[in-house]
Amino acid sequence: MAVRPAKEKELYGQLTLALEKYKGKPGVLIAALQEAQQVFGYLPRKVMIHVANELTIPLAEVYSVVSFYSLFSTVPVGVHRLEVCMGTACYVRGAEQLLKELQKKTGAEPGKVTADGLFSVATTRCVGACSAAPVIKIGEELHGGATPGQLDALLEELKKR
Amino acid sequence: MSTLLEELAEERIRLETGHRILICGGIPCTSLGCRKVKEALEDELRRRGIEGQIPVEVVGCIGDCSLGPAMIVYPEGIVYQKLKPEDARAIVKEHLAKGRIVEKLLHRDPRTKEIIRQREQMPFYRDQSRLVLRNCGVISAHIDDYIKYRGYAALARALAEMTPEQVIEEVKTAGLRGRGGGGFPTGRKWEIIRAAAGEEKYVICNADEGDPGAFMDRNILEGDPHSVLEGMIIAGYAAGARQGYIYVRAEYPMAVRRAREAIAQAREKKLLGENIFEKGFNFDIAIRIGAGAFVCGEETALISSIHGTRGDPNPRPPFPAQKGLWGMPTLINNVETLANIPLIVLHGGARFAGLGTPGSSGTKVFALAGKVNRAGLVEVPLGTPLRKIVFDIGGGIPGDKRFKAAQTGGPSGGCLGPELLDIPMDYRSLQEAGSMVGSGGLIIMDEDTCMVDIARFYLDFTQDESCGKCTPCRIGTKRMLEILEKITAGKGEERDLETLEQLALLLKNSSLCGLGRSAPNPVLSTLHRFQDEYLAHIRERRCPAGVCPNLSRPWIMEDKCRACGICSRLCPAAAITGKKGTPYRIDPAKCIDCTKCFEECPFDAIGRGGGVYAETADR
Repeated sequence: MAVRPAKEKELYGQLTLALEKYKGKPGVLIAALQEAQQVFGYLPRKVMIHVANELTIPLAEVYSVVSFYSLFSTVPVGVHRLEVCMGTACYVRGAEQLLKELQKKTGAEPGKVTADGLFSVATTRCVGACSAAPVIKIGEELHGGATPGQLDALLEELKKR
Repeated sequence: MSTLLEELAEERIRLETGHRILICGGIPCTSLGCRKVKEALEDELRRRGIEGQIPVEVVGCIGDCSLGPAMIVYPEGIVYQKLKPEDARAIVKEHLAKGRIVEKLLHRDPRTKEIIRQREQMPFYRDQSRLVLRNCGVISAHIDDYIKYRGYAALARALAEMTPEQVIEEVKTAGLRGRGGGGFPTGRKWEIIRAAAGEEKYVICNADEGDPGAFMDRNILEGDPHSVLEGMIIAGYAAGARQGYIYVRAEYPMAVRRAREAIAQAREKKLLGENIFEKGFNFDIAIRIGAGAFVCGEETALISSIHGTRGDPNPRPPFPAQKGLWGMPTLINNVETLANIPLIVLHGGARFAGLGTPGSSGTKVFALAGKVNRAGLVEVPLGTPLRKIVFDIGGGIPGDKRFKAAQTGGPSGGCLGPELLDIPMDYRSLQEAGSMVGSGGLIIMDEDTCMVDIARFYLDFTQDESCGKCTPCRIGTKRMLEILEKITAGKGEERDLETLEQLALLLKNSSLCGLGRSAPNPVLSTLHRFQDEYLAHIRERRCPAGVCPNLSRPWIMEDKCRACGICSRLCPAAAITGKKGTPYRIDPAKCIDCTKCFEECPFDAIGRGGGVYAETADR
């Protein structure tokens, strides 16, 4: 989704303010990037440059951290982030089938977002809800005991939100 | 030590007086609607004008997740299960107002049909020894509740009556070993850091529970965060540190929240900060949140991550105990290890050592999940046989399927087959079996799980998580994964198995950190114990479990087939033939593997890949 220029300016202002507390302190890069991702939803190149400049950390170092950790995203995410847990318990209880169905129903490949920007589909590392396997994470919410049959209703409900 | 368990239970009964309701807020219960049950209950209490008199609290996971949404009503400790919002009325009207237990909401033993009222009598709990999990699901995460159940009494004792050396001695006597994976003796570790030179020392609580299939640390932090804080403060006192960090993974937002709240509460009560218990000891705790990298569970990588850089591991020595965070001596213990500390200090190391086996003292929390009837956290003395955990506590395999394997230790561990069901679950036995206790993940697999595919699954994980710093791990995991993908795709050759073994040994011997050194374990253990399955994939081009897509041809089970002909009409390749009265047959030469017959058979008479039926169909 394209962000309107006025909105974008506001977001950068917000980020600059948030970065203030990290300036000149050691070991803050990951926390600073986490906050930047919260503001923008993801970390495009421009945002990484902004963080590098504000904290006077080389861009190469910023990028090395962003590309290392799986929770940082350099591509946009959907309004609703659907993540299928790929922990062992979920895997042996059919997570792969669930992911395939989800891909079929939304039309978004894992790691991608739908054309309307509504849904992004991805896999996630174990969320620790193994006794409810298989699990789909929707934003911060966990949906346990998920079956391919529930997906239509689930997506419909999300569209209404 | 069983007396210690009894003592804790008695104490609990003594402290339970008035009515109190605890609603399970574990993730399964939350996803099944525990919040609505809580709201309905509060509405009902309000309607009767008794709100505020009976506290209703949401607690961490109560345990047996097949019961959710569940609630415990004290002082009787009655467990109501599978609740719906409309059940709130009966609970208030009958139980709370008249003291009559609502029988229809109680749990029934699935086998004996016997009604079970209290948690302790349920098959899932009966054989457990819940020491570390003593408070999880039983009290709220608030500091007042923790203190009520003798929380922070161990810290008071340590600061008032013991020198740091005596605390270390007590932990050594207990024989406690690290519960996060390595199993290093905890007391010894503390001693090294105490003796190390450094103007500043640090304590880190490793809550980066990255093993897929392990969730004990999440539950402890969510359900009983103060036991971890107390363990950390005591560790700080013993090691001579003033600052602690909890490094917790971002995938656990609720654990982060609970830990934050717990730290704020402890500061308010002056249990963190300057001059704790007015004994001149200063200690504070900060939280660092991970950003998604399995390797950060490794000590040196974790430290890199707290430094704010890529989580690259570093060669050891120097060990973090000598040169860790900011170059200073650093003590790193995992969540469960630290949660054991208050018990040891309060009740004495000797009593703790009485539980478990020599060399593996105390209890261990296992995260039981996968193909098992009752999944959840299981705490048992170390050395408890696997069979007891899977069948007595876990209630066996669903759908009368056969037990095939138990995977312990996550991506660093191995798979145990049916011949090892009586193995004592302790450090040494598991290591000898080519696996490990690890963080305690315990995934049960049945006949529908393909062991080659599981090995591929784990290698896919470690290959993706390998940081790429050292060559054996970076390239070795990739090559091993390629071979496993080749075998599961039906293109394997017998010499591939030899190459796999060679690569496995190379990785074990030459990788920089534990990730690469243990990555081959899932492959080696399946290769040795389930060689038949590998060979079936290679020689016969079939997957006996019916998992690998190219190798899972459908078979008709003759004894189940009613010759209804549905499959024959549905088959787009006209590969199924037969006539009324005799079982139908699939012509393997014509079958295009579309699985339509398998999905639509009304009698479940069509299997995939093999199993017992495949052998008969082969003939």
